[in-house]
Amino acid sequence: MAVSIVLPRALFQYAKGSNTVVLDGPFATVEDALDELAERLPAVTDRLLTEQGELRPHVNVFVGEESVRFLEGLATKIPDGATITIVPAVSGG
Amino acid sequence: MPNSPPPGSTLVLVGTSKGAFILSSDRSRKKWRVDGPHFPGESVYALAYDDRGGRHRTLAATRSFHFGSTIRLSDDFGSSWTGPERQNIRFPESSGLSLVQVWQILPGPRNEPDLLWAGVEPSCLFESRDAGENWSPVKGLLEHEHRKQWTPGGGGMCLHTIVPDAANPRRMIVAMSTGGVYRTDDAGEHWRPRNVGVRAQFLPNKYPEFGQCVHKVVSHPARPERLFLQNHWGLYRSDDSGDTWQDVANGVPSDFGFCMQMHPHDPETVYIVPMQSDEFRCAPEAKLRVYRTRNAGSSWEPLTKGLPQEGAFETVVRDALSADSHDPAGIYFGTRNGKVFASANDGDEWSLIVDGLPSVCCVKAATVS
Repeated sequence: MAVSIVLPRALFQYAKGSNTVVLDGPFATVEDALDELAERLPAVTDRLLTEQGELRPHVNVFVGEESVRFLEGLATKIPDGATITIVPAVSGG
Repeated sequence: MPNSPPPGSTLVLVGTSKGAFILSSDRSRKKWRVDGPHFPGESVYALAYDDRGGRHRTLAATRSFHFGSTIRLSDDFGSSWTGPERQNIRFPESSGLSLVQVWQILPGPRNEPDLLWAGVEPSCLFESRDAGENWSPVKGLLEHEHRKQWTPGGGGMCLHTIVPDAANPRRMIVAMSTGGVYRTDDAGEHWRPRNVGVRAQFLPNKYPEFGQCVHKVVSHPARPERLFLQNHWGLYRSDDSGDTWQDVANGVPSDFGFCMQMHPHDPETVYIVPMQSDEFRCAPEAKLRVYRTRNAGSSWEPLTKGLPQEGAFETVVRDALSADSHDPAGIYFGTRNGKVFASANDGDEWSLIVDGLPSVCCVKAATVS
């Protein structure tokens, strides 16, 4: 089942101008989906993950309406047909 | 910048906490055009102009608060910038390290026009062999045995200073906060600490082999064995390529400061902007003074004409002082309060050329070839 990844505006330029990337699933976890995204659009995942494969500190990932930071991080499971939303944290200076 | 500046023009690249600005003027350096912000909202701690190999390339190290850091290139003075698609400075996964930001970009020698270096946080040196498009870490520093003992200063654990030896292509000095000065004599294979005589005020052992918080090192290509060093407390000179250092804080109101700039034509002349202390980090007595030595540190004179001498609670950080290559030289600095000051006569007189910018992180002056 397909999984949709909704991107913030700042990353449209790295996704051929799209705000949503649809990946053919199924994927067991968020990490699996991001691995597939890295195959298709590595410029996007460069900006979401550090070189160590960790989520950047000010990037939030939601599965449905739940932040993975309060679930199991990148190991959070994805239900079939889920929407993953990438949201820059409300932080800065 | 819609119109490219003609040859002989002066460029002053200003990096701030909220983007980059490109200031340009003719040789007289009296009227300035301000172009920007480029990369609004992203901090820019390193900029460089590279006129080797027939290019007019500007390089900017940008850091998005959310999405990480990269080096972008422009071959038309900022009218357009490369993305790039992939973030072009990345640590290998096996290192266990992740890039925080780029602190320095330095074009290499003229006889190797595609060679550049970048200093980054966490402390490491990167090298590009294709004029800045792709970068790889210098293994001798990446895998240095002291790495676990380097600790971050107030700005982060950064390698901020790169000083290649103009007479010996296998020799280079780098400086980091904290960690101190390291030198290679074999083109980056091995790096030895070179901090004898440099004080570490903040440690129980004031003179360790390494671990100093060195803020800037400069050298003149005509006399590469002589180095000047602005320390976190301390002002030093070395006449033996960094093997030993001597205190040269002769007549300055404070030997604490961040920035230091070599005169482009005179190996005896150096500029600094002292700060009151490592707690206050503002101009001493709220008087904004550049200090200049014309005798390699034997004495220093305050340069105040045109600079505010009361109520100037200004801070000038480590890369925010620069010089162009004209004669007389143009000297430039930017402040944390968003002001950029310029002198078109070796520092004798100053004027405010732009105000109200975001906090200035770096200033790089250049002459368009």
